Amino acid sequence: MTKWKEKGMELVFLLAACVSILAVVLICVFLFANGIPAIQEIGTSEFLLGTTWKPNNRIFGILPMIVGSIYVTAGAIIIGVPVGILTAIFMACFCPAGIYRFLKAGVNLMAGIPSVVYGFWGLCVLVPLVRDTFGGKGYSILSASILLGMMILPTIISMSETAIRAVPDKYYQGALALGATHERSVFLTVVPAAKSGILAGIILGVGRAIGETMAVIMVAGNQPRLPKGILQGVRTMTANIVIEMGYATDLHRQALIATGVVLFVFILIINLLFSVIKRKKVGA
Amino acid sequence: MKQAEKGINQVSLADKLRAYRRRPGSFILLLFVLISAAITILSLGYLVVYVLVKGVPHLTPSLFAWEYNSNNVSMMPAIINTILMTLLTLVIAAPLGIFAAIYLVEYAKKGNKIVTIVRVTAETLTGIPSIVYGLFGMLFFVLALKWDYSLLSGSFTLAIMVLPVILRATEEALLAVPNSYREGSFGLGAGKMRTVFKIVLPSAMPGILSGIILATGRIVGETAALIYTAGTVAKVPKSVFSSTRTLAVHMYNLSKEGLNTDQAYATAVILLLFVIIINLASDLIAKKFTNANSGAK
Repeated sequence: MTKWKEKGMELVFLLAACVSILAVVLICVFLFANGIPAIQEIGTSEFLLGTTWKPNNRIFGILPMIVGSIYVTAGAIIIGVPVGILTAIFMACFCPAGIYRFLKAGVNLMAGIPSVVYGFWGLCVLVPLVRDTFGGKGYSILSASILLGMMILPTIISMSETAIRAVPDKYYQGALALGATHERSVFLTVVPAAKSGILAGIILGVGRAIGETMAVIMVAGNQPRLPKGILQGVRTMTANIVIEMGYATDLHRQALIATGVVLFVFILIINLLFSVIKRKKVGA
Repeated sequence: MKQAEKGINQVSLADKLRAYRRRPGSFILLLFVLISAAITILSLGYLVVYVLVKGVPHLTPSLFAWEYNSNNVSMMPAIINTILMTLLTLVIAAPLGIFAAIYLVEYAKKGNKIVTIVRVTAETLTGIPSIVYGLFGMLFFVLALKWDYSLLSGSFTLAIMVLPVILRATEEALLAVPNSYREGSFGLGAGKMRTVFKIVLPSAMPGILSGIILATGRIVGETAALIYTAGTVAKVPKSVFSSTRTLAVHMYNLSKEGLNTDQAYATAVILLLFVIIINLASDLIAKKFTNANSGAK
């Protein structure tokens, strides 16, 4: 009786463990099964490289959205990565204990703030700010990049901080003993030793930025065309799905799901990079 | 503090500044680090203070009326929906996540292929953006299973989303339980299951709880995964098959319409409040956890 119960429970645990496998399989199957036929019907190159998105005329080219996602993500990286890494260095190597608690709580709060709140704040503060300082409509790649840069900060900060703290103290002490200043020791010995962890943080940040939806919709302007400058509006793949899914039918709807498939493939590649780098870290 | 005696490893501020004059490069690096930390904290401060200043004055009683209509734009139904959605999601995801972690840590033998696959898939799930979950939820729960836009579709979608969070947290918590606990339990003649439920799980509880709190935070803040799974009806649901709107979705709708900016700020204040409470709770548990651990040594 007891043995039967033990076996039964083990089976329950095993089944629970298989749920995440099942989830990934289901997600892949449902996305690809609904997206791939649309891509075939539209034509792979027309779909991926077409520069016009006019669902009413049955023209579905998502290049503007792919480019939009890449621009906005690149902007977020340019803004968020330096600030994030330097803040992590501050927290790990420069920060007095009193400030540290305050700063750590702040970073945790930043990680927890919902993306709609970020988006709404961007809409009310960043968009007018960009409009008044640089001209244009304000709904632009620049606004979206700044906002996303802010949103990926906590990811980059906490990953980088952990990586920097994991570097053995003797690296720092050795550099100090050779006569380097505190800053020099930190920047030229400790940080390079932590680089794979920091890189993993950046990649995670890229994943967050490219997948972010609500905040971007609210500040990016969402015009489906190839942007000519950073003050122009842009539509990302994520925005494309949310904005049009509500009323899309037939091929239009499938094209939106196909947009999700393209996004999903981007994310899978990023995940793959992430795990490769993580594995390398373990091996080193 | 008295500065009468100075140790050889003590440096005064004047000494420091003099040293920096000799090494301008180091000084510039220090400046960069300080400026970046300031940017981080100021941007957060700007956001929080701005939302509070704009939102708190608009927290009127009519915003908390039991029924939503376009005049009072009450967020009360949305708050109730958020709580319902969170509970239902956790009821689905927490047992799955915890049981899965128990299998990985307690039952799976070393080199078991399933463990590797589960880890890889859990990692994949962590990286998937919420809009992709939303799309999948719409295709699978709403259309294929015909649950329509409903509380159930929404919470199942979110459950998949937070599953890896709970799984990872539980796994780490279980791994942190010393093996002597298990050996002691076996030694007293307890079976495997008894050991897991009576000995290992209770000592891993704080870690598991912090995972669940983390998951709660994600559920409360989620929008993109819910718009096309749970829908946007601003009413307290009659059953799990009714469409609902959580607070974050409510706020998105308010700001999209652009008519009720003040109320959107007020909603943002409540959302921030939720997040702050969640963070405080997780800090509290983390503190308890470390205390308990140092006590065990």
